[in-house]
Amino acid sequence: MTPLLSVEDLRVSFATEEGVVQAVDGVTFDLAPGEVLAVVGESGSGKSVTAMTLMGLTRSPNARFEGTAHYKGTELIDASEEELRRVRGAEIAMIFQDPMTSLNPVVKIGAQIVEQIQEHEGLPDQQARERTVELLERVGIPRARDRVDDYPHEFSGGMRQRVMIALALSCDPSVLIADEPTTALDVTIQAQILQRIRELREETGAAVVLVTHDLGVVADIADRIAVMYAGRIVEEGTLDEIFYDPQHPYTWGLLGSITRVDRPRPERLPAIPGLPPSLADRPEGCHFRPRCPHEFAECVKVPPLEARVAGQAQHLDRCWLPADEKKVRREIQPGEIGLAAKEGTPA
Amino acid sequence: MGRFVARRVFQMVLVMFAVSVLTFAIFNLIPNGDPAVRMAGRQQSASTIREIRREWGFNDSVVVQYVKTMEKVFTGDLKSYFTQLPVGEEIVKGLPRTLSLAIGAALLWMFVAICFGLYSAVKAGKFADRFLTIIALIGISMPVFWIGALMNHYLGFKLGWFPNGGYVEFSEDPFDWAYHLILPWTALAILFIGFYSRVLRSNVLDTINEDYVRTARAKGLGERRIMIRHVLRNSMIPIVTLWGLDFGAVLGGGAILTETVFDLQGVGQYAAEAIGQLDVPPVLAVTMYAAFFIVLLNAVVDILYAYLDPRIRLQ
Repeated sequence: MTPLLSVEDLRVSFATEEGVVQAVDGVTFDLAPGEVLAVVGESGSGKSVTAMTLMGLTRSPNARFEGTAHYKGTELIDASEEELRRVRGAEIAMIFQDPMTSLNPVVKIGAQIVEQIQEHEGLPDQQARERTVELLERVGIPRARDRVDDYPHEFSGGMRQRVMIALALSCDPSVLIADEPTTALDVTIQAQILQRIRELREETGAAVVLVTHDLGVVADIADRIAVMYAGRIVEEGTLDEIFYDPQHPYTWGLLGSITRVDRPRPERLPAIPGLPPSLADRPEGCHFRPRCPHEFAECVKVPPLEARVAGQAQHLDRCWLPADEKKVRREIQPGEIGLAAKEGTPA
Repeated sequence: MGRFVARRVFQMVLVMFAVSVLTFAIFNLIPNGDPAVRMAGRQQSASTIREIRREWGFNDSVVVQYVKTMEKVFTGDLKSYFTQLPVGEEIVKGLPRTLSLAIGAALLWMFVAICFGLYSAVKAGKFADRFLTIIALIGISMPVFWIGALMNHYLGFKLGWFPNGGYVEFSEDPFDWAYHLILPWTALAILFIGFYSRVLRSNVLDTINEDYVRTARAKGLGERRIMIRHVLRNSMIPIVTLWGLDFGAVLGGGAILTETVFDLQGVGQYAAEAIGQLDVPPVLAVTMYAAFFIVLLNAVVDILYAYLDPRIRLQ
């Protein structure tokens, strides 16, 4: 199947007071129609910047862009503002992290959705309003007809996120980018929102890019997962490949730090030791090297993102360790997937 | 919303009462000297003073004095012992002039400040922004009596482009009315333009970074619509507050200098003359009048604020 969205060697850097920050460093991925791709990583791994760059939302005088992102014949990275405007909201729509601040506080929620519909489709007021009510009903807002003229502060966080989803879906986009859509919400609400995104994706057939730092969130919904670290994709594969046969020590760490109710509770919640590097001053070679207990001589060279596992042609990773070696190493703690503590440091 | 307005109006009455007590205290209770003598002004006779003492109840208790004073202020019974003119009538005569000046200037400074502030914010850090910043600082630094006198001298007297002071009734000739007011409006507005455009610029720059502006951009809206509907509308909320308060302050005394420089014969100029002649009754009345407008505009601003920002209404 030809990809709907094809990102090729995307690089984004920002000039800041601390020097040039390389936020995204050679990200490549394809998105097939109707597919759910989860982009997972810690804060500062470049996942949000990647997502927002596709919409042209990171453009600023201090930003530099390289690489390409093709969407249905439009080159998004070089597109003029005018071209981008036609794509934004209509072809590619976005749901943001914080529903409390992402809606204009002084405009009625209905008007905020109507505005987008009219911008792209020029419907008369009454029709646009009808569609808005339908959308609000579809995302599960009770008494949508009465609530369409309410202001954002009259909704709870979860309800506001539903409004954001209704907004994103209002012009039937082919791609939905959800940037940490559940991070700011209660755990119970998180599940509802994810459920809703999954249902709507099935109804509309839109492809979804789900950006999150929480691997637990993607387990139910993703078809494919890309794990990002310090601006690079370090591992990419299907849901099963990433969860059951992870190749990169960083992925092991992420998986190891998921709390599991079906296993005995560890004394301390496992965590990856150390901090992600500053994007202005990243270590040479493999960026994960300083935090990795399996570091060896080879790691000073940048490992290319390529298929390293026999029989898994689409399962790519950036780790120099031989695949057989990984199988042994990641089972250091029997029954658990995760990182062993570095020698000499207390666990 | 109705309850909000009612509560605000009730508060306004309370504040006015407090203001009236304070005003009374300032004029009639301050120690040293006989209030009746002060009231009578410069040219006084023993019979006037006796008369005043009886009429204002200065021989009676403080409560009676207060009631009598307020009675005089509010029934328009007050008269100047210096000019022998009724104070109420003089204020009513001056009010349209002061209102003409204040309303025109307020519209002018708001409009120009929005243009300057928005443009400055859009061009932040560029030459146009720096240039407007300097202009604004110059505007803020120029006192009204100075710039007013300069305008009067050069544009009015020397070049003869504008009338040299004076006022024409709106009902008489609207064009002549505006023609006479252009210089006073400009002189009064300059300070506020400088100040407001700076405040608006920084508000706009703050608002531009809000998440909902990013949402607006992600919706595919045009830059003009984003700026006006999503940025400007939110940036204007604090400005409108300032605007109401400053408008009240201009009505209640801020126009004194402008009116005097351009000889507009409004309430401000009336107050200035009364002060110059140590004529207490007009000063007393104008003080109450000024307080009334400031309190009124405060209430209007609060109600307007609730209209502009729906989050306020709930509280």
